[in-house]
Amino acid sequence: MDNQNNIWQTNRTIISFSIMALVLLLVGFNQSWALVLGIVNLCLISAIMALGVNIQWGYAGLFNVGIMGFAALGGVSVVLVSQQPVVEAVEAGGLKILLALTLGVITVATGVFLHKRRFNKWLIILVVLIGYLVTRYYFSDATKVIEKVNPALEGYLGGLGIHVMFSWIVGGLVAAGAAWSIGKITLGLRADYLAIATLGISEIILYIVKNEDWLVRGVKNVAGLSRPVPYEVNLQNSDWFQNMVSWIYSSSLELLPLADQANQLSQYVRESSVVFVKLCYSGLFITILVAMILLANLALDSPWGRKVRAIRDNEVAASAMGKNIKRQHLQIFVIGSAIVGVAGALLVTYNGTFVPTSYQPLRFTFLIWVMVIVGGSGNNLGSVIGAFIIWFLWIQSGPMGIWAVEVISNFMQEGSSTVEFMKSRVHFLKLVFMGSILLLVMRFSPAGILPEKNKQM
Amino acid sequence: MSDSIDIINAFALMTNFVIIPAISYGSQLALGALAVTLVYSVLRFSNFAQGDSMAFGTMIVILLTGFMINQGWIISGIPTALLVIPIAIIGTAIYLLSMDRLVYKFYRTRVKPKTITFCIASIGVMFVTGGLVRFIIGPRPQTFADGERFIFSVREFKAFTGLEQGIALKTSQFLTITIAILLVAFVFYFLQKTKTGKAMRAYSDNEELALLSGINPDKVVQVTWLLVAALTTIAGALYGLDKGFSPQQYHLLLLPIFASVIVGGIGSPLGAIAGAFLISFSEVLLTYAYKKFLIYLLPLSMHPNSLVQLIGTEYKYAISFVILVIVLLIRPTGIFKGKVLHDYG
Repeated sequence: MDNQNNIWQTNRTIISFSIMALVLLLVGFNQSWALVLGIVNLCLISAIMALGVNIQWGYAGLFNVGIMGFAALGGVSVVLVSQQPVVEAVEAGGLKILLALTLGVITVATGVFLHKRRFNKWLIILVVLIGYLVTRYYFSDATKVIEKVNPALEGYLGGLGIHVMFSWIVGGLVAAGAAWSIGKITLGLRADYLAIATLGISEIILYIVKNEDWLVRGVKNVAGLSRPVPYEVNLQNSDWFQNMVSWIYSSSLELLPLADQANQLSQYVRESSVVFVKLCYSGLFITILVAMILLANLALDSPWGRKVRAIRDNEVAASAMGKNIKRQHLQIFVIGSAIVGVAGALLVTYNGTFVPTSYQPLRFTFLIWVMVIVGGSGNNLGSVIGAFIIWFLWIQSGPMGIWAVEVISNFMQEGSSTVEFMKSRVHFLKLVFMGSILLLVMRFSPAGILPEKNKQM
Repeated sequence: MSDSIDIINAFALMTNFVIIPAISYGSQLALGALAVTLVYSVLRFSNFAQGDSMAFGTMIVILLTGFMINQGWIISGIPTALLVIPIAIIGTAIYLLSMDRLVYKFYRTRVKPKTITFCIASIGVMFVTGGLVRFIIGPRPQTFADGERFIFSVREFKAFTGLEQGIALKTSQFLTITIAILLVAFVFYFLQKTKTGKAMRAYSDNEELALLSGINPDKVVQVTWLLVAALTTIAGALYGLDKGFSPQQYHLLLLPIFASVIVGGIGSPLGAIAGAFLISFSEVLLTYAYKKFLIYLLPLSMHPNSLVQLIGTEYKYAISFVILVIVLLIRPTGIFKGKVLHDYG
């Protein structure tokens, strides 16, 4: 028993990843490979998001409750960068909106300038108010014009029409910008102010995305985003893909009579094209994740990483050594949020649609936090395994809940209203389930599955 | 409408659509903010579960109200919810106390508890509570107000005064304001005059000195949760009577409540109340359409064509956030100096 425990202690990483891989393989053999790859891809995206949060929380102890907002900014960037511009809307309202936005920027800049020059605060308020009203006047005019252009399909400015991969970088930069302004205001004050401010900004980002139709069509969603991998239909019609599939399945095809072979082959091609596309995505996501983890681990082992951990473990001592804590925290907060933004962009690219209503604090902010805490805060690989475990549980907890209700209903009479009630509501218990996992791990295993290495230096 | 300047009608319009709603919303926020302040002062963390706890308390009120109406146990004219609030407070108190025992107590008894750990734990509690509420009562909005709807309605007011614009006072608004005043008075009396209240303040000011002088920390914490349960349930029930109940809406109330607490000065009960009214008045004043108001005050030639609304209602939660940001930038201590210094805990 003691020996077994030792093996677990020394090989935690390998063992936990192997178990996860086994479970996924099991699902693959029992259900379908497309399903498993779907789960794996979302796990990978969640892992990138969790990595960003882990950098903030594990490296610096910064509590970000606005993950949803930063992920949504990444999603917005995908639309704004990769969609083709709506020429008619740009011609009608492009200049007007530009003018309105410029006026807004001028207003803010004047306010900041006057504040820095220590002008009377009532004068500043008056200037900003007038600027706001003028901006708002031009702005509502411009949005009306844009939203009138073909509202059923467009009604927005569209994007820049640049390759979608570029939008991932932009997503990171936009999220970084938002994080910088939030961090600038709240870092250096009480630790929970950052939490409250991030909570607020993420809700407001969502309000803006849902209400400003001219930007990303609001709740009307943007569908048919361009993708970095081939489309299934194109694959099915291409020769090389058909040849490859017939080569892979040649042994099972030979067993069939000639008449059925063509039919069977076309079915294999259809199935394989879905799997192939998902595999392409997996490859992309794994590359990005691995690159980020390598960079993050390198950074953590560098003098910079030691400084960061010194600040986290004892702020007073670190600041006595002349380290600028606020600047360091701001830096880490921006880097972490940028990674979350990239992951948000990846998610929207993978889904192919931008759906603002899908951004729920539970699905984004909270689930990612559970991943980080369960995986082991401070350990990058921990975030990855945490992401895989929690996303898998999250996906499976729906069917598990229904199954549990059915088991219970066996003990009750037929058609009982209680069973119907429970079936319709059981998915809300997912919240309770995830919340309980978080609280239990925090209490009984605060270091998580893969604890941070060399904590005691 | 007349083309002359009519100050009395303009004032009546303002009272009906801005002043009364803002006072009643502010009172509801103030009770919630007071609960956050109490948890903050005694247990030393920002309770993210406040909004969902309010939903939990309101859920009990709604279930009991339904039961009472089914049984026919109602007093005509009075909202049934009012009768069941005491039982709902007990239910909420049991829930909060068991959450304290199961979750927070463990971290409190550690050697050097970190504020942020409590915050994360309270977010866990927030989601558990939210899930329970949605499981038990469903995610849909619902109303549970019964009895007389108005103390006096617009029609009665117009008939009485002969003005063009009427003022209405809803029962829920009247109840909110009265109960809030009574409850706040009670909380302040309790904190200032009773022995337990003094012990709570002592514990809040300096934990170690308080322990040294023989104050029982468990009792202080329990009394705090009892007060929080009362404030939470009543705030939730009054908000629900006034604007209807929906779990998501209550969850989002967290934002204006936190803004009130910080704007007022975190840890200061008086500041929480002042902050709540500042937030509620800003929200109502900025989202109100001034068209009719200006028509009464301006000569015909200057009558506005548009709604003259400063900010769309869809952004009302953004207002509390912007106020929060401005306060953090200009005066991070809040109106009444709160405890905002960096804590190295």
